[in-house]
Amino acid sequence: MIETEQLTRCYGNLTAVDALSIRVEPGQVLGLLGPNGAGKSTAMRMIAGFLVPTSGSARVCGHDVMREPLQAKRALGYLPEGAPSYGEMTVREFLQFIVRMRGLKGEAGYRRFGAVVQQLQLEDVLGLGIDTLSKGLRRRVGLAQAILHDPPVLMLDEPTDGLDPNQKHAVRQLIDVMARERTILISTHLLEEVHALCNRVVIIARGKLLADATPAELEARSRYHGAVSFSAPGSGMSQEMLGRLPQVAGIEVDPLDGRITVFPKPGARILEPVETLLREQGLEVSEIQLERGRLDEVFRHITTSGEDRAGVPA
Amino acid sequence: MSPVSAVLRRELRSYFVTPVAYVFLVIFLVLAGILTFYVGDFYERGQADLQPFFVMHPWLYLILVPAITMRMWAEEAKGGTLELLLTLPLTLWQAMLGKFLAAWLFIGLALALTFPIWITVNYLGSPDNGVILAGYLGSWLMAGTFIAIGACLSALTRNQVVAFILTALVCVLLILVGQPQVLDFFQGALPRRLVNAVAHLSMLRHFEAISRGVLDVRDLVYFLFSTLGWLIAGVLLLDLKRTR
Repeated sequence: MIETEQLTRCYGNLTAVDALSIRVEPGQVLGLLGPNGAGKSTAMRMIAGFLVPTSGSARVCGHDVMREPLQAKRALGYLPEGAPSYGEMTVREFLQFIVRMRGLKGEAGYRRFGAVVQQLQLEDVLGLGIDTLSKGLRRRVGLAQAILHDPPVLMLDEPTDGLDPNQKHAVRQLIDVMARERTILISTHLLEEVHALCNRVVIIARGKLLADATPAELEARSRYHGAVSFSAPGSGMSQEMLGRLPQVAGIEVDPLDGRITVFPKPGARILEPVETLLREQGLEVSEIQLERGRLDEVFRHITTSGEDRAGVPA
Repeated sequence: MSPVSAVLRRELRSYFVTPVAYVFLVIFLVLAGILTFYVGDFYERGQADLQPFFVMHPWLYLILVPAITMRMWAEEAKGGTLELLLTLPLTLWQAMLGKFLAAWLFIGLALALTFPIWITVNYLGSPDNGVILAGYLGSWLMAGTFIAIGACLSALTRNQVVAFILTALVCVLLILVGQPQVLDFFQGALPRRLVNAVAHLSMLRHFEAISRGVLDVRDLVYFLFSTLGWLIAGVLLLDLKRTR
């Protein structure tokens, strides 16, 4: 479990993290989402015990990171931003160093080492210098380092940054498997990742918590939520008729590909009426889609309207 | 103590994986030899001892120790591995101690590798090997203090060049502060007791006492305490950086 209470961190006049209170339970994968410079990494560095909070507190598995730093660090697996590791070491040397630092001894250490190397598919690069590895491999070595002691709490700062789609998929599967009985906090600015991984999302900007919801709840806030979109050539006539449906709030046509999006009035379901109308009009519709909502739009809305609020003196 | 030995092993290994260790060892041994025979007049003195050898050590350390300590923390801060290291379950003290011991053992190895000069002097005459042993001990203790200074100042900055220059500067001050010329300079300006106190800060004075074979507790305490003091200052600096 990770808990933060009014966690705050200032750099001079800049408040990087502003009274952040979150609580992540076992079984949850919380995505910490925010624009670059929002304070995601700073918050994680405080939870990991690297930075001292200006005020407020953080606990990992009930251990205050300032008062019981060693217990907190033992419970935590942490991948810092950019997955730093000692470049002059080979992958094997580096992971063995972590095994020793984590106090894993003898048989147990050997077993965990083997399991993690297999999980992250590092068998072929064990003898290579970390400096010579690609960005994706280095990230995997960083992940291996974080999960080596099989921690109950995992905190990953942009775990899939710099990976290709296949590697991203592999890492997400790994996190998925690990998620079952663990507490996981990941930071990201990739919205697709939220869908793929998280069952809860916290959006921060300028260090402030702006939203705390499930991905589905966030999508429901999108104006695209429940909208119906389709492509149909020569549908000029029916657009007008669609607009006259009682449940419809508005219609937009994509100027590039001519795709039509029909927006519902709040709470209305419009897939069926739209389909019926199109059928009655005898329009050839190649494919029709009910939109879940667009996270990027919600993200933009939340983080930029926060900007407006910050601009207004309290 | 397990984290200390893990850090120690990692540091030592990194000396030998990068060329640092070999460059250091070669230059140390070559310079120690050259300085002893050519500058120290090893033969011309006609005495079977290693005084000309040990006399050069402070000056050797002055250049070579900052070269191995400058990367100690500065490199970790710059490369981001400091965050990795300090979020592993170990205290700042354990990290500092591991790094310090690695460097100190390494200098110990360099000193041990000067054994041919000891064999030479035993071949040429019959020196007092107790005095020579004391000289080695004093030299190693002094190296410890140099390393502690370097460790502390490397924690101050993420720039290795800055760490090198600051360390060399502090070390040269601590070497020179007991020299008659420097003391004469202070003589007029400061009260006699203060001048004496300043003289006691001198690394050279304590080292020369030990290397003459006089194992005075005060000299040992001087090196142990100044080493410890600089290490504590380094740990405090690292801790302070976490709040800034």
